[in-house]
Amino acid sequence: MSDVPKGGYAARQPGHHPVALYPPYRTSVKRSPQAAPLSFPTTMSEETGPVFGHDILGPLDADLLHNFGPQDRSAIGPRILVHGRVADQFDRPVAGALLEVWQANAGGRYRHAREGYIAPLDPNFGGCGRVITDAEGRYELRTVLPGPYPWPNGPNDWRPAHIHFSVFGHGFAQRLITQMYFEGDPLIPLCPIVRSIQDEDAVSRLIAPLDMTRSLPMDARAYRFDITLRGRRQTIFENRMEGL
Amino acid sequence: MTDRPETASQTAGPYVHIGCTPNAAGITGVFPTDLGARMITGEVAGKRITLTGQIFDGTGTPLRDAMIEAWQADAGGRFAGQDGADPHFTGFGRCACDATDGSYRFETVLPGAVPWPQGGTQAPHITLWIVARGINLGLHTRAYFDGQPQNAKDPLLARIEHKSRVQTLMAKSEDGLTYHFNIHLQGVEETIFFDA
Repeated sequence: MSDVPKGGYAARQPGHHPVALYPPYRTSVKRSPQAAPLSFPTTMSEETGPVFGHDILGPLDADLLHNFGPQDRSAIGPRILVHGRVADQFDRPVAGALLEVWQANAGGRYRHAREGYIAPLDPNFGGCGRVITDAEGRYELRTVLPGPYPWPNGPNDWRPAHIHFSVFGHGFAQRLITQMYFEGDPLIPLCPIVRSIQDEDAVSRLIAPLDMTRSLPMDARAYRFDITLRGRRQTIFENRMEGL
Repeated sequence: MTDRPETASQTAGPYVHIGCTPNAAGITGVFPTDLGARMITGEVAGKRITLTGQIFDGTGTPLRDAMIEAWQADAGGRFAGQDGADPHFTGFGRCACDATDGSYRFETVLPGAVPWPQGGTQAPHITLWIVARGINLGLHTRAYFDGQPQNAKDPLLARIEHKSRVQTLMAKSEDGLTYHFNIHLQGVEETIFFDA
């Protein structure tokens, strides 16, 4: 990307992220670092990162409806299309970003050895997919609407329906894992994992709105989820910290 | 300066393996291999090493559901994608911690020194990124190599105020081939994490 500046990455702003220690999310109590993190300007180690080309992708990688089950079988559940744009914080598109997704099936059941929810597995649904953004940073996935499910935290906690996203941009400093939620889900404001984000605007950006303009008639509804990654500053001088 | 805020992180959760290491998690037939399963893809230059360890929570219990990623320079100090980088080295590793004992393992090469933006060089190190249930934002740290003479001049290590904590970033080896690097999320041995 010749038009991407070569300065360091702008510092991550903690207020846009969940806090590490959020006691209502019980597992965070013993897994959250207690010392302050150490800051330093990004270096080659953070400004470079693995690059994944389209050659890694199979024809059905972005189609969770069909990428696991036998040919001509489709996953069970409400069919949806998820699309959006990946850009950096300065609104530059991030082309070539690898997005990996995973999710529960329509009944709220994950295909995982440690999963014990009584809802059944779908023989036609694996629950993973991946896609690489185009030159404008755009992506599109097809899948089923995941179901909400109970989880062992409080005595009666339910996760809102969500799709996990893992994102690789151009530099390892941009590495991000997050979750996309669905507009109108009443479980969102009840969820301790969501509430670990103290900024309501930051939460709202994780909630994908229904997008009727991209919905496929007689096939699938569309939801739009845009992702913003950290961006590089224009010059190395802006990256120089006080006292250096 | 910021036009749009960065998207908020959320925990990778207990089922991160479905999306990131599906073959290791038993979901076969979707992707041919798991990304990052091999860092060395041929006749790589430099000294081959193993980096291994466990990640401990604040009770001293190893995390058995974490995923850890590694990113590093090749033996010549070049990152994959840069001119002159070793074509047989990806620089990127990804490992689902063992479901029984929580150990992780990377078969890699000893990285070369890389530049520091304000001049000078950084001692050889491997960038590590840890995600798991209960970790709300991926944790970024580095493994340096205990006994490397360049450590004494490393600009990042020089920034650490509490010198007793420098040891938390040191991978240790008895034979120079297998380096042990345990990560502690809390406690007196808490690893230094970065917000770079």
